[in-house]
Amino acid sequence: MKSRKLSLVLVAVLILTVVLAGCSGGSKGTEVIKIGVIGPMTGDNSMYGTSVREGAMLAAKEINAAGGVDGKKVEIIAYDSKGDKTEAVNAYNRLRDQDGIVALVGATFSGETLSIKEIAIGDNMPMLTPTATHKDVTLNASNIFRACYTDPYQGATAAVFAMENLGAKKAAVLYNIEDPYSEGLAIAFRDKFSSVGTVTNYEGYTAKDADFRAVLTKIAAQDPEVIFLPDYIAKIGVILSQIRELGLDMIPISGDGSDGIEVDYADVAEGMYYANHYSKSDESKLVQNFISNYDKEYGVQPNALAALGYDATYIMLQAIDRAGSFDSDKIIAELSKTDEDYVTGHITFDKNGEPLKSISVIKVAGGKQVLVDKVSAE
Amino acid sequence: MNKNTIKSYLVNFLAVIIIFALMKLLMNIGIINRYYQGIIVFILINIILAASLNLATGFLGQLTLGHAGFMAAGAYVSASTAIMIKANFGWLPNIAILLISLIIAGIISAIVGVAIGIPALRLRGDYLAIITLGFGEVIRVIINNIRFTGGAQGLTGIPRISTFDNVFWITVLIVFILYTLTHSRQGRAIVSIREDEVAAEAVGVKTTRFKVMGFAIAASFAGIGGGLYAHYIAFLDPNTFNFMRSVEILVIVVLGGMGSLTGSIIAAIVLTILPEALRSFADYRLLLYSFLLIIMMIFRPAGLLGTSEFSWKSIYDRYKYRKESIIKREKA
Amino acid sequence: MILFLQQMINGLSVGSIYALIALGYTMVYGIIKLINFAHGEIMMAGAYFAFLIAITTNLPFPLVLVFSMIMAAILGMFTEYIAYKPLRNAPRISALITAIGVSFFLQNLALVIFKANPKIMPELIVKKPISIGALKIGTVTLTTLVLSIIFMIILDIFVKKTKPGKAMRAVSEDKEAAMLMGINVDRTISITFAIGSALGALGGVLYSITYTQVFPTMGVMPGLKAFVAAVLGGIGLIPGAVLGGFVIGMIETVSKAYISSQWSDAIVFGLLIIVLLFKPTGILGKNEKEKV
Repeated sequence: MKSRKLSLVLVAVLILTVVLAGCSGGSKGTEVIKIGVIGPMTGDNSMYGTSVREGAMLAAKEINAAGGVDGKKVEIIAYDSKGDKTEAVNAYNRLRDQDGIVALVGATFSGETLSIKEIAIGDNMPMLTPTATHKDVTLNASNIFRACYTDPYQGATAAVFAMENLGAKKAAVLYNIEDPYSEGLAIAFRDKFSSVGTVTNYEGYTAKDADFRAVLTKIAAQDPEVIFLPDYIAKIGVILSQIRELGLDMIPISGDGSDGIEVDYADVAEGMYYANHYSKSDESKLVQNFISNYDKEYGVQPNALAALGYDATYIMLQAIDRAGSFDSDKIIAELSKTDEDYVTGHITFDKNGEPLKSISVIKVAGGKQVLVDKVSAE
Repeated sequence: MNKNTIKSYLVNFLAVIIIFALMKLLMNIGIINRYYQGIIVFILINIILAASLNLATGFLGQLTLGHAGFMAAGAYVSASTAIMIKANFGWLPNIAILLISLIIAGIISAIVGVAIGIPALRLRGDYLAIITLGFGEVIRVIINNIRFTGGAQGLTGIPRISTFDNVFWITVLIVFILYTLTHSRQGRAIVSIREDEVAAEAVGVKTTRFKVMGFAIAASFAGIGGGLYAHYIAFLDPNTFNFMRSVEILVIVVLGGMGSLTGSIIAAIVLTILPEALRSFADYRLLLYSFLLIIMMIFRPAGLLGTSEFSWKSIYDRYKYRKESIIKREKA
Repeated sequence: MILFLQQMINGLSVGSIYALIALGYTMVYGIIKLINFAHGEIMMAGAYFAFLIAITTNLPFPLVLVFSMIMAAILGMFTEYIAYKPLRNAPRISALITAIGVSFFLQNLALVIFKANPKIMPELIVKKPISIGALKIGTVTLTTLVLSIIFMIILDIFVKKTKPGKAMRAVSEDKEAAMLMGINVDRTISITFAIGSALGALGGVLYSITYTQVFPTMGVMPGLKAFVAAVLGGIGLIPGAVLGGFVIGMIETVSKAYISSQWSDAIVFGLLIIVLLFKPTGILGKNEKEKV
């Protein structure tokens, strides 16, 4: 009697196993080089992950058209994280175990990247994040590099620009307390700016806040010359239109989250400045080629995230090419030797895997991006 | 305890051991790789969350929309406790660090639960829903604004000490506690509140006390679930615990059956694997979930299993009954 | 002083939108004792309707408003018919979960149809600051205030003077007795949903013009705050919703301006808990024992 029941359980578990094992048809062939990409491709932040994926796909396509890496084709495998950390961990585990990726270009957001960081260190996975700007991403991780500059660096550069190029003495900061990117920039801006000028207001809001009139009225009473708004387009657009509605005259400054703001908010964004990874008006052949190829492939102008995804894929594949093998240690060693011009500027890595590159400052004028200055790393 | 109960406990315990041994075996020979292992850990954590929410919503009948808030409280408390222990008493084994952190997380979450529950539970049920919803929003504001949580930057450097083994046994323990609780004298008092609060009060059940107690236990276990999550992901930020998370847990409970722990377990397994299996379906996932909620409420408000529990014994009984009847028929 | 007055105007403008949305919550709660979680999404839908009408046709603002209110009213009646009516005699928790389901469903439907990126609401009202002395009032703020007050007066007259309005009050007082008096309860509930949804859509359109955007989750926060407003004023009471809306708007603005902008949400919800502790029936509510 007992044994029959036991066998019933056994059969049930076996069926489960077979079903699970059936899913794992991952081949580990060496004829293709598999590169993983992780980012939010559905949901609220879908445009960020999608841009990175498209940039990476374009880079892989160009490399394949030019004969691949070492004669092997490159395949980009992109998984959606939905901006969720649990999903990002699942996606990473799947890329490693099922798909057998050689290296990871990702993840897109800082939170996702930090949640797979510990596992990736354990795997010694060569990892180059195109867009995760959190300061801790590359901390104590010899295998992790990044292609973008960090939040503190960007915020401090914006402060220097406000002081030196705009000659501002008083500045206000209005940031999103729920967003690590926004907070990181705000802190750095405040600390840098207050060394010379005065930060009149340092105000936070929550992600779902839509009404800024009260806080803007409060800020206006202090009469700052510039207002620093580190957030993404959707929120900055709302804040800018309320600044206009209240008829306040302060110069808005922002970070790379404002990239592309002139598309939807041309009239309220007129005259604002923001830091960015590259400028579409950059004359260099590399940049113009990238823009025209991207436009041909996807029918839209690339944003900064697409450019970073594109650059990161190139950097990674060139490192694999130089390493001449799929050995993690060799790839990581070659990654750290990167020293070349890319769409988002000349890139070399310091010993932590941080890029040393310049920041483009862009002004919105006549509804277009105008490159004002390239502020180099100090 | 009569002989039958003991027998059923033993059978279930045996089944759990067999499942555990089999999983370990499959992991060792590599059929369950680390990708599946990760999913299994998330399933187990979801089982804890759903089972605890089931106590509050299914057995007690009080709709809670801030379960992710309790999860957040537990996750942060457990993570910072573990960081502290690791720094000062690094010689302790990982399992000891995990257990101490989880117990503290459970206690703090329970205290938060009581603090929320006392004002809300004195009133009619629907106020609780809205207060817990507000609580879920406010706790994120609080986490963002206090220092030791790392704010929006998130909390890094959390010891990664949740493993399949310890998550599995903690889940078993929690489900066991919830099962015995709901089948005890206190459990019957809790169910009577769900069935008819006024009548329960009239026969002498201290409704507010039992409501607060049930709610606090649910909050406490949610906190432990959050702690296990923190020690598995090793990184926390406030946005992990948004309203969406609370609703996902609620969907598991509703689908499995309000008042059925095994229903919650089955639904947790299905609803954790499903989005993983249907990655391309992601855009429509939440649409499907909400549709499921509405349809379930209209056509089968009791959920898949209703308030009944799945048990090996009942299958066995049915099997025996059928066999006996076959024998009888053959004899005839 | 000027600064304070300026902040009061900001508060009134926020508050009037909360009041419009709170009316929908309170009317539905008054009549079928259900917290209509989907009300915030009806407001979102109203904003999307206005957005669609505005970009496809060249209609002037008042017509856009009227059409979107009508469409939202139909949507409100439809959700009531499909999702809530079958559950009228079910346990309260089932109806509440259904309402959450409807809310999520509408939100995700909008997400699938329109995607997550916010759509830019066309400038239906020309935006410029009007100066009264040293005070600056935006045209949108002024329109919002005036329109909300007009519609609140219309609603008041409707409920007090017309036959359907009286039926509404009768049903919310005692459903069975109203039925015995020959009132068509189903139709009255339908009308309540229609009016509540239309007012929600008005709030949504004004909200999306004020904040320039339309997006799938736009109804969540204002919906929650409006609910708090309804509870604060005394849920089920129409004047309570209006009062609560303005009070919440003021509190939010004052806490943003003089306490801390990042704690303002926490302050609003903290207030809800305090109100429920000391006067669960709200400012205007009467205490009554639950009937068996």
